[in-house]
Amino acid sequence: MNDEDVIRINDLRTYFFVEEDVVKAVDGVSLRVRKGECLGVVGESGCGKSMTALSILRLVPEPPGKIVSGQIYFRGKDLMPLSERAMRKIRGKDISMIFQEPSASMNPAFSIGNQIQEVIGFHQGGGRNTVREKALDILRAVQIPDPRRILSQYPHELSGGMIQRVMIAMAITCVPDLLICDEPTTALDISTQAQIIALLNELREERGTSMLFITHDLGILSWICTSAAVMYAGNVIEYSDIRSILRSPLHPYTQALIESTPRLDTPSDRLKVIPGQVPNLAHSPPGCKFHPRCHLAKESCREAPPPMTEKEEGHWVACFFS
Amino acid sequence: MHSKDQHRQLLEVVDLKKYFYVKKGFRKQEILRAVDGIHFRLDQQEAMGIVGESGCGKTTLGKTILRLYQPTSGDIFFNGINLSKLSDEEMRRIRGQMQLIFQDPFSSLNPRMKVGKMLDQILHSHGFTDPVKRKMRSHEIMEKVGLTPADLKKFPHEFSGGQRQRIAIARALILNPKFIVADEPSSSLDMSIQAQILNLMKSLQEEFDISYLFITHNLSAARFICNRIAVMYLGKIVELANCTTLLKNPGHPYTIALLALCPTPDPDRRIEKVPLTGDVPSPVHLPTGCRFHPRCLYTENLCKKEEPSLIETEPGHFIACHFHRAS
Repeated sequence: MNDEDVIRINDLRTYFFVEEDVVKAVDGVSLRVRKGECLGVVGESGCGKSMTALSILRLVPEPPGKIVSGQIYFRGKDLMPLSERAMRKIRGKDISMIFQEPSASMNPAFSIGNQIQEVIGFHQGGGRNTVREKALDILRAVQIPDPRRILSQYPHELSGGMIQRVMIAMAITCVPDLLICDEPTTALDISTQAQIIALLNELREERGTSMLFITHDLGILSWICTSAAVMYAGNVIEYSDIRSILRSPLHPYTQALIESTPRLDTPSDRLKVIPGQVPNLAHSPPGCKFHPRCHLAKESCREAPPPMTEKEEGHWVACFFS
Repeated sequence: MHSKDQHRQLLEVVDLKKYFYVKKGFRKQEILRAVDGIHFRLDQQEAMGIVGESGCGKTTLGKTILRLYQPTSGDIFFNGINLSKLSDEEMRRIRGQMQLIFQDPFSSLNPRMKVGKMLDQILHSHGFTDPVKRKMRSHEIMEKVGLTPADLKKFPHEFSGGQRQRIAIARALILNPKFIVADEPSSSLDMSIQAQILNLMKSLQEEFDISYLFITHNLSAARFICNRIAVMYLGKIVELANCTTLLKNPGHPYTIALLALCPTPDPDRRIEKVPLTGDVPSPVHLPTGCRFHPRCLYTENLCKKEEPSLIETEPGHFIACHFHRAS
């Protein structure tokens, strides 16, 4: 155990029990986020990136979902044995999360002020005026113009970018040690997206907030993250600092992912394509889960899953032939 | 218009406007200017990108050109025929030559209809009376988009997102159209599937000589598919040029900002300062003068008073800015 780690996930398995099938959404994920770091978790839909995040906060819908095994150490303390009551004290205070669809994660029936003040009141307490002052301060911190007016407005009166700022404000009021961002800019426009990313970058640099940033966009990943974990079908298959992941990826899936993205700076006649599609997580292929789509696959890939090995310093990859 | 252009030109849009009337309160009405005076031409086998943020009117433009919306004013010439003057019946006959691919393949396919029946019905309603010919055509088109004839017997829910988008493409292609409006065809798909669909669209264009109007917010995808790109802002084209010119020598401050903000997987290129502040204003309450002036870094007095028109600054490069920065 390293003191620097804000969160350390060890062999996490979150399964969904649907009728006769067991959908292995997260199947042995190990990750760590160091202090002040922004770890990007990148992968296609269904690779288990959101479920990993929800497992940390113990928000996996149960049933049908269940965290089957694994440990989640937050500042050195295992969260798994904690009761629901104890978890609630941690959520929103020590670990908070912002979601993809900002307007869907606010309650439409309560004003913005009401919802922010509830968070502050629950975790920090204080009189009505103190709570209100704190709410105004935090709205100013996320660069919301005219925060007094915003407090009395309802979610439908704000634009997507504004609501996402409010969500970020709510998430950081208690100065969390870890901020989990689940595709926070996917529903936003290009200009709003850039503003939100710039805001998150500022938060990390000024307040030293550690982040776990989930995305499917490699461009966004390169803007905000300092290191990245690539996920495929419930596993982390590559982990390194952001530069090595983007410049010298080792896993054939990561390589293909980078080459299949159309780029603005280089013209291309055809994009690289990964044949086939993401496997069904209830019946994933044996051995390395990527082998049916991999051009390097040999007999041994079918037999056993490759372990994560440190190929270069700090650069881990789960592939026999990379 | 030159005669040389005329035989290659497929589509010409002249001062096209589409306004919506939004109710406000009990009696009051407000005008939403979704598309507000668009001019452009599209040649045969050309792909033009319409790029812009949400609410800029790009989808409305696509639908108005296909007459799925009745234009408020302006003309659409398709192969020399003015679509805005046609009756619905005449429009139905011409629609086989112009098709639409939607963004979300989950809501654009009828869940209760097998793929085969869907394609068959399209052919039937466009005058293919021979069932054997219809079947052969369906088989052929399924193979062209990378599916198998056996898939014709399946329902849409049996397919993945990428396969559904292939079906949507098959449906658009089956009548051999000359012109396709593709409205964000790849943006709801996963990364690896997105590349498959973009490649497919590109090779089909080369094979069947189709012209695309490719509507997207993703500049990188537009660059991959298109020859020319038009940047839209609040119902107007603010810049139009071929891809290389637009990327190398953008002239409108909005284009420059969009290019700077387009996410590129490059660890050395991080945004330090966002060159665009605020949100897109509502198309109901448009700013005076240049529509972009409240968000522009270079606003001067003239911008607040007078709306700039789209001017050709060099051959083929159109910019609507009083103080454009193209060299």
